Amino acid sequence: MTAIPALRSRLRDERVRTWLSLAPALTVVAVLFGGAVVLAGLRSIGLLSPVAGDLATGPSLEAYRSLAGDPELQRAALLTLHVAATSTVLSVVLGVAAALTVHRLVRGRRLAITLLQLNLPIPHVIGAVAILALLGQSGLFARVGARTGLLDAPADFPALVFDPWAIGIIAQYVWKEVPFIAIVALAILAARGDRLDDAARTLGATGWQRLRHVTLPLLLPGVLSAAIIVFAFSFGTFEVPLLLGSSFPAVLPVLAYRRYTDLDLAARPEAMALSVLMTVIVVALVLLGAWLARRAVRADRADRAGRGDPGGRGGRGARTDQDGDRPDRTEVAP
Amino acid sequence: MSALQGTPLPDASPPAVSRVDRATAAAPPRRAPRGTVVATTLLIALLLVPFTPLVLASVSQGYFFPQVIPETFSARAWRLVLDPAGGAWTALGATVRIALTVTALSLVIAIPAGRTLGTRTFRGKRAVELVLLAPVLVPTIAVAIGIHVVFIRLGLAGGTLGVVLVHLVPALPYVVLLSAGVFANAALGLEEQARSLGASPWRRFVHVTVPLVGPGLAVAGLFGFLVSWGQYALTLVIGGGQVVTLPILLFSTASGGDVAVTAATALFHGAPAVLLLVVTSRVLGGSGLTTFGGVR
Repeated sequence: MTAIPALRSRLRDERVRTWLSLAPALTVVAVLFGGAVVLAGLRSIGLLSPVAGDLATGPSLEAYRSLAGDPELQRAALLTLHVAATSTVLSVVLGVAAALTVHRLVRGRRLAITLLQLNLPIPHVIGAVAILALLGQSGLFARVGARTGLLDAPADFPALVFDPWAIGIIAQYVWKEVPFIAIVALAILAARGDRLDDAARTLGATGWQRLRHVTLPLLLPGVLSAAIIVFAFSFGTFEVPLLLGSSFPAVLPVLAYRRYTDLDLAARPEAMALSVLMTVIVVALVLLGAWLARRAVRADRADRAGRGDPGGRGGRGARTDQDGDRPDRTEVAP
Repeated sequence: MSALQGTPLPDASPPAVSRVDRATAAAPPRRAPRGTVVATTLLIALLLVPFTPLVLASVSQGYFFPQVIPETFSARAWRLVLDPAGGAWTALGATVRIALTVTALSLVIAIPAGRTLGTRTFRGKRAVELVLLAPVLVPTIAVAIGIHVVFIRLGLAGGTLGVVLVHLVPALPYVVLLSAGVFANAALGLEEQARSLGASPWRRFVHVTVPLVGPGLAVAGLFGFLVSWGQYALTLVIGGGQVVTLPILLFSTASGGDVAVTAATALFHGAPAVLLLVVTSRVLGGSGLTTFGGVR
C-alpha cells in the first residue's frame, strides 16, 4: 500500500522525470543506432560472425589490414572527402548569397521563399534521376547544345556524370542543399537581420561594412551548424553516387555496400570495417568542424569586442562582450 | 556593431559610400533593386530546371537526342505508372504505410524528450543532444550493414516492421530536435495559469497545450514522414528487395533504362512530398520560415 505513494513522490522528483522522458528516445538511438555501430565493430574484428551463420573467426585485424593495402580504399576516401567538402563549400556560399538576395526582396518575398522550399522534400533518388536527365551526355543541356549547334553528338558534351571528379554528384547535393542553407539563413535574417541592419545603416555603415560586420557574423553560428549537417549528408548518402558516380573509384558508402553484397563472403568483414571507418571519419570531422565553428564564432566576437573597447584587448573582450548574442541592445534611439 | 562607431556618417565621407547606399541610407527601400529581382528569378529557375527534363521525358515517346521538346507526345509512361494494377500504387501504399508508422512512433517517442530538452536545463543535456543527433550524421549504409545480420536472426529483415524500425534511426533525431524547438518557443506558462484558474488536466491539454504546440509538432511529424518517404539505403538493405517502397521502385526503374517511365515514376514519387509540404505550410499559416528553418 505504501509503494504507490512512494512511487508517486519519486515521479515528482525533477531528475527522475527528466530522464524518464528522455528514456524512450535514448533507448531507440542506443539500441538501433548504437547497436548497429557496435555490432559492425565486433564483426569487423572477427568477434562476431559477419553473416547470418556461425562464422566468427576469432579476434583478428585482417579486415583492416587488407583494407589498408587496398589502393581502391585510398582513392575512395579521397573522392568521398572531395565530394563532401566541395558540396558543402558551394552550398554554403551559394545558399548564403541566395538568402541575402531573397531577403532584399520587398514584393514577392514570400512567394520566392515558397518556391525556394520546393525541392527540400524531394528525395535524393529523384534528384539524382533529374540531374542525370539534365547533365548526362544525352541530357537536356547537351540537347540544347546540339540544337544551338554547339555540339554534334552526345560525346561532344563534357562528361559531367559518371566522371572521375564526381561533378554530377556534387551538382545534385548543391542543388538539394542550397535551399536548405538559404532557408536557415533566411530564418535568422527574418528574426534579427533587419533591425541590426537598420541600426548599422543609421550609424553610416556602407553596404560592404554592414555585410562584413553585421550580417555575416549574425549568420555564422546557424549556417555553420547547417554546414556540418550538409557535410555529413554529402559524405554518407549512398543512392546519389550509385546513380551518378563512376564505378571506379567509388565513394566509401558505395564501396562498403559492394563489399557487403559481394558473393565472396570473405569480403563481409571488410564491409563491416568500412562501416566503422566511415563512422569514425564522419564523427571525427564533425567534432573538428564543430570545434572550429565555435572558435570562429568566438574569435569573431572577441575581434569585434576588442575593437569596440577603447582600451580593448581581444581576449578579455571575448568574455565581457555579449553583443554577438543579443544584438538588439545596440539599436539606436530615433 | 561597436566596430562601426568610428565610421563617419555618409555625408562626411562620400567615397566610402556607393550611390545606392546613399540613396537608401535614410530609410529602407520600398522596392527591391531590379538586380535583386533578376537574381532571385534566376536562382529559382535554376532550382526548378532539373524538373524540366523529367516532365518532358514523361510525356514523350522515343525521346532521343537531340530532341528538346519531344517530337512525339505520348501518355504511355503515365498510363503504365498510373495503371491500378501496376507496381507504383503498391509501392505508394507501402511507402505511405511505413512513413505514417514511422511518424506516429517518432512523435510518441519524441514528444516527452522534446519537451524536456526544450524547457529544462539539466546536467548532461548537451551530451543527450549530441547522442540524439549522431544518427543523422553517420552514413545510413553503415547503420544498415551493421544491423542487418541481427535483423535476419530476429526475422525482421525483408519485412515492413524491420524497415519501420530502421527508418526510426534517421527520422527520430529530426523529430526530437524539432519538437524541442517547438516546446522552447511555446508560452507554456499558460498551462500553469490555466491550472491556477481551475482548469482540469484534460481541458488544459485540449485548450492550452494543443493549440500552443500542435502546429509545431505537426511540422516535426512531417519531417519524420519525409525522411522515411525518401529513404533508400536502409530500405534496400533491410527490406532486401521484399519491401518495395517508391525510392526502391524508382531506382530499379532508373536502372531499367526506360527514360519516360523513369521520369514519370520520379514525378509520381516526388509530387506527394511537395504537395504535403505546401498544404502543411498553408494550413498552419506562416511563411514556413519559422517552421522549416533549422532542419531540412
